[in-house]
Order: sequence, then structure tokens, then C-alpha cells
Amino acid sequence: MAAKLILSMDGAVLKEYPLNKERMTIGRKPHNDIAIDNLAVSGEHAAIVTILNDSFLEDLDSTNGLEVNGTPTKKHFLQNNDVIGIGKYKLKYINDQVTQSTAADFEKTMVLRSPVKQAAPGVSKPAQPAGFTQTQTNVNKPAAAEPAADKTGKLDAIQPAAPAASAQVAVVQVLTGSNAGKELELIKNLTTLGKPGVQVAVLTRRPHGFFITHVEGASHPTVNGTPLSDQPHQLNDHDVIELAGVKMEFYYKG
Amino acid sequence: MKINEALEIVSQTNSGMVRSHNEDSVACEPSCGLVVLADGMGGYNAGEVASGIAVSVVATELCQRLLGESPTDSDDVTGEELGVLLLRENIQKANSSIFHASQSQPQYAGMGTTIVSGLFYDNRVVVGHIGDSRMYRMREGTLGSITRDHSLLQEQIDAGIISIEDARLSKNKNLVTRAVGIDAEVEVEIHVHDVLVGDIYLLCSDGLNDMVEDEDIQSTLSAFQSNLPLAASQLIQLANDNGGRDNVSVILVKVKGKFVVPRGWLAKLINCFRK
Repeated sequence: MAAKLILSMDGAVLKEYPLNKERMTIGRKPHNDIAIDNLAVSGEHAAIVTILNDSFLEDLDSTNGLEVNGTPTKKHFLQNNDVIGIGKYKLKYINDQVTQSTAADFEKTMVLRSPVKQAAPGVSKPAQPAGFTQTQTNVNKPAAAEPAADKTGKLDAIQPAAPAASAQVAVVQVLTGSNAGKELELIKNLTTLGKPGVQVAVLTRRPHGFFITHVEGASHPTVNGTPLSDQPHQLNDHDVIELAGVKMEFYYKG
Repeated sequence: MKINEALEIVSQTNSGMVRSHNEDSVACEPSCGLVVLADGMGGYNAGEVASGIAVSVVATELCQRLLGESPTDSDDVTGEELGVLLLRENIQKANSSIFHASQSQPQYAGMGTTIVSGLFYDNRVVVGHIGDSRMYRMREGTLGSITRDHSLLQEQIDAGIISIEDARLSKNKNLVTRAVGIDAEVEVEIHVHDVLVGDIYLLCSDGLNDMVEDEDIQSTLSAFQSNLPLAASQLIQLANDNGGRDNVSVILVKVKGKFVVPRGWLAKLINCFRK
């Protein structure tokens, strides 16, 4: 399904325009694809260029300019639910192909290729022009748009919900040695502990907690007195790490 | 230093969190300084077949030729350096093998693959690639991509249609404009780069760079640079923690010393007897 624009004024919907052409113009004059007969609108006010599933809005040097989501703009890469303002008129951009994809064929890499020399039977890939200049002329064939639409992001559904561990602030506090009492907040995804060339361990933040991994050095660090294996080891609240003769405590703050 | 002593190479591949099978293939040939990674595409298991053909053709054919010849020799006909010529020719050979298989076997129709490969010799690396699998280089703590994707999005970035920041929001990801095995002929993009001791090269499929930001790849590589196998598993874990929507493969090459091809009359004489 192609993206569309919904024209409205003062909250009342006037018309819907599917973005089914590579370039569509918006303006006061009747030859525009989206004609808005109002004196605040320039003869040719703006254009929308659509390349497969992406649409770009461009101001055609209009007298009164354009707004997207309330911000004046000359050129804008449209995202689902963006609202374009032209004078008193609003155009809402809807591109909700995301919801139509199935997990199975989601995000598969596809080839855009130059027109096929021989149409091999059973080839399901649509023949598409290679190179950008050629792409502009043909891209809106529905056959071309559909497989591409299948691959758009269902990111939110698949990404693991942020568990408590990553939201909590974790701290490593040095217990012994000259730096005793010092606290190190683990803000970054990766924190390196130790001296390069002597003994190094890395603390990594993952969605389900913090892990310590031995990276280099003849002796492995210990956690609560037990030496680490070569595998990452998950840290629990108040674990005591010993690394290069220095003891430190790992805990969650607050 | 011999090439297999100068380079430390590790590779790892994983099907990710969503896909049931792995269509990526990797090959490492430390003795001839070659690494190859391919990300296949096509229905059923055709993607695996395509990427498998690509890496095995390039790895076996190229190493076979380098047994008897030096990559720094120049070709008799074109005068081109043998290392560069061999890499290009063998990627093209892989292209025709895959193309012919897909023409003759209906279940493989339309299969194809990306490829990225590096041939290390004489303190240089020859990089050949097609599609959106990448090679990165970390030098003095800074990571940068040394290949440019053959993808619609990259072409749009080059043409100034879309900014790099906006490109992250694009819905046209994963459309490659060039692939191995789709047509009878293919153009291989080849570049030669100087190699410095301490460099780390990362070859990866888009399952890594789509899921993990370049900054996070960089910080992972610098934290784990003294332990390459851990660095590889950490990168894959990072992609999977972020959703792992695609197969993820990485090859890491760390340059530990200089590797010069012996030149001069003595080396040539010894080489003569070896043949």
C-alpha cells in the first residue's frame, strides 16, 4: 500500500491523496497533483518525491513557506504521522506499511537490478532498474514496492523490552589499595578495568544485566573468591571482584 | 614475518535471534592471507548455497594459485599485479558459478550473495566487495568503513538526496544494487590499502552494522582488542541483544607484524627451486 497524504483544514478532513507518483506537486494552480485553491498558497508551492517507501518534501521557493510539525522547513524526509502545514491547511503524511509485514520475510536483503535480459520463470524478484537516475523513472510500480514494504521495521515488537537492570545505575566501588573508596558509575555499555598488558577485564551492560569478562593477563580475576572462566560471567548485586590484587564491589544504586 | 604469523584471524557466524537458518558464509585462509565473507539471499536454502559457493570458489581457487606464484608478480598480459587480478577474477568466477547453478536448478533461481574479501600481502590489503557487506578498519583507536555499500540507500546518500542521519530512518534499507550471481557478469569493486602494524580489520554482514552503531563497534573493538575471539563473540552478542533480526557474521584480522614479500635475486632463485 502506498503512502498517502490527508488534507484537512481546521480539523475537517477535505481529501486523501495516495502518493502513487514519483513526484507530486502541491500548489494553487489547478495543474498540481494536490491543488489547494487559496491565495496563501503559491502557484507551485511544494513537491513530494517518493522513492520506493521513502518520501521527501521540498519547498519550491513558495512565498509563504512550509512547516512540518510546526517547524518551518525547506526540505524534509517525511516520517509516518508528520503534519505539513501550508497556510491554514494541514497535510498529514501516513506511511504505515510497517504493520503489514510478516516476521518471516521481514528484512530480507533484496537485489535491485537492471532490467532482466531473460525473464527466468520462477524468479519472484521484481526487475528493477539499477542506479539512482534510472530508479527515479520506474520505482512506483506496485510490484516493486511490495516486497520492499515487507521488510520495514517491526523493531519495537522484536526488541527485548528494556529490563530493570539496564535502567538501574550500577556502580563499582574500589575496596582496597590506594584508590580505596572510589566509586565508578557504569554508565557506558563497556567499561574496561585493569592495566593493559598486565590484566584486563571488561564489564559489559546487556539487556538482562551486567557481565564481567576476562580479556587478557595470565591470572583470571575472581568473583566472590572464584576465578572466572573464559566465558562472560553475570554479576549479582554486591559481588566482590578481585582484579590485579585490588578488590572492588559491584552493586546497584538506589 | 610470515603472513600467517603476522596476522591473527578469527571468525564467527550466528543465525541471529529471528532467522531459523544462517545464510552467511565465512572462510579464512591464514596461510595465504585471505579472508572472505558472504551474505546470501534467495528462497529456502538458496541463500546458503549462493554464499557457500562464493566463499569456497574464492578461497580455494585463489590459494591454489598463490601456492606457485607470488601476489606481487605482475600478470604477463595486462601487467596488473597478480594479487589484485586474482581476487577480481575469482569473485567473477564465483559469480558465474552461482549464476549457472541458478539457471540450471529451478530451486536456486534468483539466488545471489554479497561478498567482501581481503587479501593481505606485502604490507597491503586488496579489498574486493560487491553488495552491502562491509570491511571496517580500526587504526589508532578510530573505526571507519573502508568499503562503500552497493545499496540504494548509499546511492541516495552519495547523490545528496538523504543525509546520513536521515538514512537511519529510511524504509529502503537492505536493497542492494549489485550482487554476486544475479547476472552473467558483475563488476567487482577493488581497492588497495596500506596496512600498518596494530590495525584491526573487521569484515561483517549487514546483520552487524544494521543492529549495532559504529560507535559501539568501535568501543567493543578497543576494549577487547587484546583478545580477538572474545571481541568477535562480543560483537555478535551485541547484535543479538539489540534484536538480532538478521544473520550476523564477523571476521577480525589483527596485524601483529610487518609482512613483506621477499624480493631480490636470492628470493627469486629460492622460489625457482621450489617450483
